[in-house]
Amino acid sequence: MAETNIQLLANSILKRNPIALLVLGICSALAVTGQMATALVMSICLTLVTAFSSLTISIVRFQIPNSVRIGIQITIIATLVILVDQILKAFFFELSKQLSIFVGLIITNCIVMGRAEGFAMSNPPVASFMDGIGNGLGYSLILMLVAFIRELFGSGTLFGVEILQLTTNGGWYIRNGMLVLPASGFFIIATIIWIIRTLDPAQQEKK
Amino acid sequence: MADITAYKPFYSVLILAFFCSLLVGGAAVGLRPLQEKNKQQDRRKNILMAAGLYDSTRTVADLFGNIETRIVDLKSGAFVSAATVSPEGFDQLKAALSEELGRPLTKAEDIVGIRRIERYSRVYLVTDNDIVRRVILPIRGKGLWSTLYGYIAIEGDMTTVGGISFYEHGETPGLGGEIENLRWQSGWQGKKIYNQSNEEALLIGQKKDQGETIHHVDGLSGATLTIQGVDDIISFWFGEHGFKPFLTRLRENGGRIDG
Repeated sequence: MAETNIQLLANSILKRNPIALLVLGICSALAVTGQMATALVMSICLTLVTAFSSLTISIVRFQIPNSVRIGIQITIIATLVILVDQILKAFFFELSKQLSIFVGLIITNCIVMGRAEGFAMSNPPVASFMDGIGNGLGYSLILMLVAFIRELFGSGTLFGVEILQLTTNGGWYIRNGMLVLPASGFFIIATIIWIIRTLDPAQQEKK
Repeated sequence: MADITAYKPFYSVLILAFFCSLLVGGAAVGLRPLQEKNKQQDRRKNILMAAGLYDSTRTVADLFGNIETRIVDLKSGAFVSAATVSPEGFDQLKAALSEELGRPLTKAEDIVGIRRIERYSRVYLVTDNDIVRRVILPIRGKGLWSTLYGYIAIEGDMTTVGGISFYEHGETPGLGGEIENLRWQSGWQGKKIYNQSNEEALLIGQKKDQGETIHHVDGLSGATLTIQGVDDIISFWFGEHGFKPFLTRLRENGGRIDG
């Protein structure tokens, strides 16, 4: 049953991807995937927050009284998120303006809480840290995939660099307006989940 | 799991809260100088955007070289010499709160919910042979949830809007937050603030009657109350307590700074 740290990392990315299998963290996955740059920053922030909150919580897990554990987890997560937000404001001001509320919303991202409560509370620090990184990367993978599709076909660019020249710029590509809207993230994520579960039937829910 | 005694939850939470607050406080204080620098850069960028001078291929500091910063006395509308108030060190928002540089507004005067107004204000000028071509004015006031801070640029005739931008607000993204939308902001260009009899006449949002479109800017759907705030902000800052004396004086001088 016990997995090595490498397995923990790899399995969290593919076999039990937080978005594809657990369907957690969907709200931010819709909101920040219009452009790859914002999706990348969000991915990095979330991976760091998940890893370090799991690490911290795992270290102090024997000191946390059961009755207030959720409050303590939230406090630790919130502290980390504020730190990330402050650092972004100091060093990446433009990005922090674009991400503004979404960084704050990492606190309520179910992936972070889920890993803290479900894994870090009952596992040693290094394993928890790896699990956090793994889940963060799993989230990042889906986020980047969705952002790639949305930005390329919605705006004709990748990381802001023009790939498909839009008709509005005198090119040939008519942009897909729906992909610019957040709701399109739903369709793309659903399609990704469908593909993953078809390839790996073990992930399908039992009837 | 930890031993459960009646006090344990309390002190473990207190200790945790203490350490977390140290971390957060340390980061907030330690990073503030950098953040302030970024904010100032952002304000300058917004001034340039309002003035229509922003060019992403050049640095903000470089572009800002074309703009002259001056201080004006809001009541008389006259320029104040740099010896009296230095444009560099002047903190306008603090001035409004101080006894000697600000004054309280009465309820009837204060339609924008800022309570106190400063005696002096910064203005930014784009000049050409000592004739003012564009004036960029700082404006602020209550929206729906928050105070909106922005800049508005006025052409050399002292009534035509050259552009507007908001650099800080806490309105709902997607609704009131759409005041940041560049397409909406571009709808301000060419509108006239004052009517023939030099009264503030620009209306933002729903029209109550068939007014002239030159004095009307479209509202934003889903942001009616924020737009109401923007309308009040324009009425206030282009009224007697705001920049009207300054703009009138500048127009009568034919746009010359000295005189």
